[in-house]
Amino acid sequence: MELELRGITKRFPGVLANDDVSLTARSGKVLALIGENGAGKSTLMNILSGIYRPDAGEIIIDGKQQHFADPGDAIKAGIGMVHQHFMLVPVFTVAENVVLGVEPTFAGNILNRKKANKEVEEISKKYGLAVDPKALIEDLPVGLQQRVEIIKVLLRGAKILVFDEPTAVLTPQEVTEFFGIVHELKSRGATIIFITHKLKEALAIADDITVLRGGKVVGNADPKTTTQEELASLMVGRDIDLTVKKSLANPGEVVLDMAGVSVMDDYGRPILDSIDMQVRSGEIVGVAGIQGNGQTELVEVITGLIPLASGAIRLKGQDMAGSSPRDIHKDGVAHVPEDRNHMGMIGSFTLAENLVLDSYYEKPFSKGIRMQRQAIDEAARVLVKDYDVRPPHIENTGGALSGGNAQKMIVAREFSRDVPLVLCAQPTRGIDVGSIEYIHEQIVKKRDEGVAILVVSTELDEIFALADRIVVMFDGRIVAELNTADTSPTEVGLYMAGQAA
Amino acid sequence: MNKNLTAEEKNELVNPKERGFTQRLATATDWRTALLIPALAVLTALIIGVVIIMVTGSSFSDAMEAYKALLQGSVGSLRAISETLTAATPLILSGLSVALAFRAGLFNIGAEGQALIGGMFAVWVGFSITGLPLYIHLPLAVLAGIVGGAIYGFVPGILKAKTGAHEVITTIMLNYIALRLVDYFLKTSIFQREGRNDPVSKNVEATAELPAFLSSVDPALRVHAGLFVALAAAFFIYWLLFRTTIGFEFRAVGANPSAARYAGISVTRVYILVMMIAGALAGTAGAGQVLGVLGRATPGFTADLGFDGIAVALLGRSNPWGVVAAAILFGGLRAGGQQMQVSANVGIDLIAVIQGLIIMFVAAPALIAAIYRLKTPVASTQISKGWAS
Repeated sequence: MELELRGITKRFPGVLANDDVSLTARSGKVLALIGENGAGKSTLMNILSGIYRPDAGEIIIDGKQQHFADPGDAIKAGIGMVHQHFMLVPVFTVAENVVLGVEPTFAGNILNRKKANKEVEEISKKYGLAVDPKALIEDLPVGLQQRVEIIKVLLRGAKILVFDEPTAVLTPQEVTEFFGIVHELKSRGATIIFITHKLKEALAIADDITVLRGGKVVGNADPKTTTQEELASLMVGRDIDLTVKKSLANPGEVVLDMAGVSVMDDYGRPILDSIDMQVRSGEIVGVAGIQGNGQTELVEVITGLIPLASGAIRLKGQDMAGSSPRDIHKDGVAHVPEDRNHMGMIGSFTLAENLVLDSYYEKPFSKGIRMQRQAIDEAARVLVKDYDVRPPHIENTGGALSGGNAQKMIVAREFSRDVPLVLCAQPTRGIDVGSIEYIHEQIVKKRDEGVAILVVSTELDEIFALADRIVVMFDGRIVAELNTADTSPTEVGLYMAGQAA
Repeated sequence: MNKNLTAEEKNELVNPKERGFTQRLATATDWRTALLIPALAVLTALIIGVVIIMVTGSSFSDAMEAYKALLQGSVGSLRAISETLTAATPLILSGLSVALAFRAGLFNIGAEGQALIGGMFAVWVGFSITGLPLYIHLPLAVLAGIVGGAIYGFVPGILKAKTGAHEVITTIMLNYIALRLVDYFLKTSIFQREGRNDPVSKNVEATAELPAFLSSVDPALRVHAGLFVALAAAFFIYWLLFRTTIGFEFRAVGANPSAARYAGISVTRVYILVMMIAGALAGTAGAGQVLGVLGRATPGFTADLGFDGIAVALLGRSNPWGVVAAAILFGGLRAGGQQMQVSANVGIDLIAVIQGLIIMFVAAPALIAAIYRLKTPVASTQISKGWAS
C-alpha cells in the first residue's frame, strides 16, 4: 500500500507542531523519517495512528482519502505502530500478548490458546520471525520482544508499519537481525516508515529519506547519493562536522589507577572481575562493550556508588576504597551519568538547582545551611550561556529541557568543575546531532586542558571518534586494550562479542 | 491532549515569568491548578453534602439552614473564629508533619502515634515539675513534646534507612503501639491521677499551660498560644525546605533518590532526619492539645489529628502555607459542624463525609477538571512513591 500525507498541519497552543508536512511512503520500500527531538516526528506519527486529528491536510492510502476518528480506524486502514517502548505484558506468553484484544475464543469467552499459538506460528513462519509462542515475555531478550510487537501489528493486518526509534534498545547484533526482518517485510510488499535520528542506520536501510525540522519537511534525500554530513546539516539547519577534530594526545601522569578491582552482585557473582586499568591526564580512554558487560558498574565503583569487593582504586596515588560518593566527588571526579533522567538530574528542580545538584553545599552556593540564591542563580546564568543550554531560562524545570539540552546542562555542571578525572557514561545517548557535536568538542577540550577522561559508550563510532586508547569490556572483564590508531571497528567488534581472546 | 508534546514545546506553553516562584511554592504545575482544584473540590463536596442532607428526608431549605449554621459556627462570631483556630492549630502541625515527609518521598501515616507520644512527654513535664515560672516551664513542656515526637519518628526513619522497612507499614503499626502505650501508662502511678480508677493523667500545672491569649476578652475564647507555635513551625518548615541545604537534600531525595545519591547526598541520613522532624512536628501538635486545650491526657486524646494531618497535607499540596490554609478550612468545618449539629440538627458525621469528599476530589484532579470542563492541564498529585523504593 502506498501512503501519502498532503499538507498535514497540527497546531498546539503556542506551538506549530506540524507545518504543511507532505510525504510519500511507497509499497515495498522503507521511508526513513529523520529529525531532531522536537522536530514534529512524534506528532506526525500520532496523527497517522489516529491519536491526533490534523488541523489541515489529508492522509491518502492507495489513492483513497482517510479519516481517522480514533486509533481503531488507523488499524483498520492497515497502519501498525511499533513503539520504542514495548507494550507487552511481561507475565503473559508471546501468543497471549499477540492476541490480546483480538483473542480467539471458545463460546463463552474462554481463550482458545491452541488457536492463538497457531496464529502466531503462521505469522512467524510467513515473515521469518522465529519466536516461541509459548515463551513468557519476561524471559525474552529485547530483540525478541520487538519481534513480538511486530507480529502483533501484522496479526492485526497492518500493511504499513511504523517503527519509532526501533534500534534504540537493541544490541549491534540485534540491529543486524532487525534489518533482516525489515528486508523480509519489504520483500512481502509492506510499506515501512522508520523514524530515527541515527543517520547511519537511515542510510543503511532506507529507500527514501524525508527530513523534518521545526515541524516542516526541509528536504528529501536519496540514500544512495547522500552522506551523513548532508543529512545532519539538513536536520540541524547548519553545517555539521561529524568527525571530531583533535590533535594527538599528550598523556601525563597516571590519574586513575585501578588494580584487581572486583564487584559482586547480590548473589556473590562477579559483575566486575579483577579490572586493571589506568587513565592518564590528557588522554581519553574509551570503554567499548555491549550494554550490560560491566560498564555501568565500572563507573559506579569509581564514583563510590557501589561497594568494592576487592582490589584498589587510586586517584592521583590516593586510595579511594571505602570513600563516600561525596568524598570522591570532592577529591576530583566529575561524572556524567549514563541515565540522565534517572540519575543525572531532577526533573522537577529548576535549571539553577540542577546546576548545583552536587555542589550546593559548597561556597559560594551556601553559607552554613543557608543557600545563597543569588550566587546560585548567577553561576547558573553563566553556565547555561557558556554551555549553550536552550532555552536559557534558569527558572524552568530540568524536565522541560529536550534530551540534548538536558545533557548539555549536566555536562555544564560536571565540566565546569576543576577536577583531574572526568567520567562520561553514554555522553550522547539519544540526543540530537547538534548537541552530540557540541559535547564531543567539550570532551576533547577538557582533555587538552590536561584532564584524564574515561568515556563509556556502546556506540563504536563514538569510541573511535573520541578515544586515544580503547579498552573493551566483555562479561565484567577487560578483554582487550588497544591504541585507537592501531585497531579497527571490526577488531573491537569481535572483542565486544567475546569472540577474540 | 498535551501529553505528546515534547518537553520543549510544553515549556513554551507556560510563560517563564509565571513560573519560578510559584514553582517553588507548589508541587502543582502552575498556580491556577494549585488553587483552583482545591477550591472546586471544596465546593463540589459541599454540593454533595446538600444532596446527602436532602436524601435523608430534609428539604433544601433545611440543608441551607445547616450550612448557615456551619458558616456561623466557623466564622460567624469571635467565639466561632476562636473555635476554628483552636481546631486548626493541631492540624497545622500534623499537616506539616505529613507534608514534610511527602516532600522527601516518605508517607508518614504515623503522625497520630507521634502526636500521642509527644503529648505524653509534654503532659509528664507539665505535671511532674512544679515551682518553675511559666517562661521556663512552658517551653520545657513544649520541648518535651518535640523530643517525644522526634524519638517516635526516629524509629520508622532508622528502620527504613537501615533495613528498608516501608514507612507506611511501620508507622501504622507504631500508631497502634502508641495508642495502647498511652492506655497503659495512664493506668500507672506515674501518670494516673490520684483517686481515679479510669485512665486519666494528672492535670498540667498552670505554668505549663499554653495561655488562651484572648480569655481576658471573653473566657470562652479557647484559642491558645499554640497557634503561634504552629504558624512559626509553618514558617520554619518553609524556610527549611526552600532556603537551606537540608531542605534541598530533602526535596532531592523526594524527587529522585537515585539522582540524590549520585549527587553525594546520604539518602539514609535524609530518611532518618526527615522522620525525626516530621515526628517532632506531630509531637508538638500532641503537646499543644494537652497543654493548650485539655490540660491532661486521656486515652486517644489526639482524636485523629494525625490522620486529619494527611488530609490537610494533601489539600495543602504539601506546601507549608497551603497546609496552614487547609488546616484552617478543616478547623472551620469542625467548629462549624458542632454548631450545625446543635442548631440545625444535622449530625457532625456529615462533616467527616464532606472532608472525605474534598480529599477524594483533590486526589483525583482529573475528575474535578471533567466536572467543570477546565481547559487547564491538570497534573495529578503524586501522593506516595508506592511500595518499592
